[in-house]
Amino acid sequence: MGSKITRSVPALLCAAVLVAAASGCSSAGAGSGGDAGGPVTLTYGIWDPNQKPAMQQIANAFEKLHPNITVDVELTPNANYWTKLQTEAASGTAPDVFWMSTTRIGLYAGQGQLLPLSDRSGFDNKPFPASLNSIYTVGGKQYGMPKDFDTIGLWYNKKLFDAAGVKYPTAAWTWQDVIDASRKLTSPAKGVWGIASPDWTQENLYNDIYQAGGSVISADKKSSGFGDAKTLAGLQYALDFITKYKTSPTAQQMTDTDPSQLFASGKVAMFTDGDWDTLTYKNAPGLDADVAPLPAGPAGRATVINGLANVIYAKTPHATAAWQFVKFLGSEQANRIQAASGAVIPAYQGLSDGWVKAVPQFHLQTFVDQLKYAVPYPVSANSGPWITDSQALLDQIWGGKLSLDAGAQQLTSTMNADLAKG
Amino acid sequence: MALAKAPSSAAPAAVPAAAAARPRRRLGVRVGERHGHPREWIWGYLMILPLVAGLACFYLWPIVQSCYYSFTTWGVFGGQQWVGLANYRAFLSDPQLPKAAWNTVLYSLLMLLAIPFSIVLAALLNQLRGRHVGLYRTLYFLPVVSMPAAVAMVWRWLYNGDYGLINYLLSLVGVHGPHWVSDPRFTVYAMGVVGIWSSLGYNMIIFAAGLKGIPRHYYEAAELDGAGRVRQFVSITLPLLSPSIFFVSVLTVIGGLQMFDTVLMMLGRANPALAGSKTIAYLFYEDVFLDNRQGMGCAIAVVLMAVLLVLTAVQFRLQKKWVHYE
Repeated sequence: MGSKITRSVPALLCAAVLVAAASGCSSAGAGSGGDAGGPVTLTYGIWDPNQKPAMQQIANAFEKLHPNITVDVELTPNANYWTKLQTEAASGTAPDVFWMSTTRIGLYAGQGQLLPLSDRSGFDNKPFPASLNSIYTVGGKQYGMPKDFDTIGLWYNKKLFDAAGVKYPTAAWTWQDVIDASRKLTSPAKGVWGIASPDWTQENLYNDIYQAGGSVISADKKSSGFGDAKTLAGLQYALDFITKYKTSPTAQQMTDTDPSQLFASGKVAMFTDGDWDTLTYKNAPGLDADVAPLPAGPAGRATVINGLANVIYAKTPHATAAWQFVKFLGSEQANRIQAASGAVIPAYQGLSDGWVKAVPQFHLQTFVDQLKYAVPYPVSANSGPWITDSQALLDQIWGGKLSLDAGAQQLTSTMNADLAKG
Repeated sequence: MALAKAPSSAAPAAVPAAAAARPRRRLGVRVGERHGHPREWIWGYLMILPLVAGLACFYLWPIVQSCYYSFTTWGVFGGQQWVGLANYRAFLSDPQLPKAAWNTVLYSLLMLLAIPFSIVLAALLNQLRGRHVGLYRTLYFLPVVSMPAAVAMVWRWLYNGDYGLINYLLSLVGVHGPHWVSDPRFTVYAMGVVGIWSSLGYNMIIFAAGLKGIPRHYYEAAELDGAGRVRQFVSITLPLLSPSIFFVSVLTVIGGLQMFDTVLMMLGRANPALAGSKTIAYLFYEDVFLDNRQGMGCAIAVVLMAVLLVLTAVQFRLQKKWVHYE
């Protein structure tokens, strides 16, 4: 196969320079119409095909209120979304309004690619969880209008719990309860593990770190939290399921078979996972599952909260119209449309009922209730490099190639070096 | 004795040598012809203009640009800064480089193994007559036209340490199979097998064409002289197929050194074996697409291109020793 993507040297080089080629021929936006008066066409960049109908509905509702503004919903598959957006931003042709993720907000806002929203008249972020607002606030200004959010819950397989005679997880559970249950549930003869504890950060490790009272990144977002003993305690707890209690599949096994697949097929009794896998578990044949709050660690309860936001491109020629649209995207009406689609939990608090009721057999309210102690997903001005590097080191630790102590030292130094580069 | 006819009684073993000694046929128009009819050659150039323009625009110019950008750092949203050789120094002192270079070489060597397999398969298929030929050809060619992502998915399942078919078959004979794609001791070989499997069909087509070009009367002559099948294969087929073998091996080395997509798709990003299985092109991918260091990525691409140029030049020199053009 060699490589289909890089069949020849030129192709390889080409990939490197596509960005350059595009940036050469910049033409900032289409010059049709100003903000005052005439008809305006806004482009709205999104990446999830499942959410496109809801986004289109919202755009249509907005167009009814603003007859002189047309909104083009532009879908780019996630695989290309960021590459394309970065190229367009470099050449001044990014969509007027687009989806933003927590891991990139620092980069885009920090490099002047986005318009601050908190300066605009009529800006109101009170309907949204404070933790979400904080992620999208860079240098004291908020750049993203929260769109939706997700938290992590403890998914469990009721059949396996019944078979092992273990009581279902409750909101009172602590780490010890999870450890005890995982040992009772593990049955090598049946090929069943008590829990799956991969080195996935958002679904697993970050939550454990915050439950232990540790941190991933300092409050000023300039230094790593992996040197903290409490952070290590969180990692140790997650790793112990594999190395000490042997109640989780190994890193290799979970690489070969995705843990969410192991859970869906009844091989794993407990799995901490986000609300986004709800439909996967609902549709898994023979799976009788439910979800409980994450357990309390030494420092109490915590879940990571993450979510998307709508942002305005700094070089849009239609800033006022774009702001009208983003304000509408953050309105109750738009969030109700999102809620009804059942695809995501709308960021607008109090509107999650529609989403919760969409799958009545699961206690989905759990994900909403956990907002009380939700911790913002850790990010910095340029999150990409340290996320990649720490994941690589965590892979080594989980794969048994690196001890946790030595690994934590490397995690700290590598992450600090990445943060210093900015 | 009258002037004898062409020496048709050459010993079979001498056939390749004789063939090689013949003057090479020259392709293309004769010198002088194009001066005679200017309109004709203008048309010729016009015909290739679209292709050349596309090549210059999308291949040659980007190569020049890449070379330039390899001496710069790249702002995420554009804007470069000249940094001289800093990218090259950083790349050559990257602690990941030796392992990645070794993996890349190892993978290319594994890919070269596909060549003998493809030759044997092509020769066997060439012997086949009847309806089944098309079926077999399709079967072997199928991997070439399959989507790499789909191929990777299927192989991932075959290689699965707990539920994969390969380890299941091994368990039937009492062998406890390893985690093929998550244990760094096996990953490169596991990927090599997939590489060989998927390149068989493409190589085979080229060899099949080469085989068709070998005149039948050589074999007939050899048969009359009592050469068996194996002797015919070694003394006629292989030497006369050597131009195809050369072509395929040049392509294989280029493709092998640029090995990237199998790593990404078969190993995935969060894999304990990934650190020990990266290739040079994977380092390039990480720099450009994950870490936003486009300048560094260009430097890697330029180094890789230089290595490929040297290797290909060496192959072209060596070919004089073993490639026979009829």
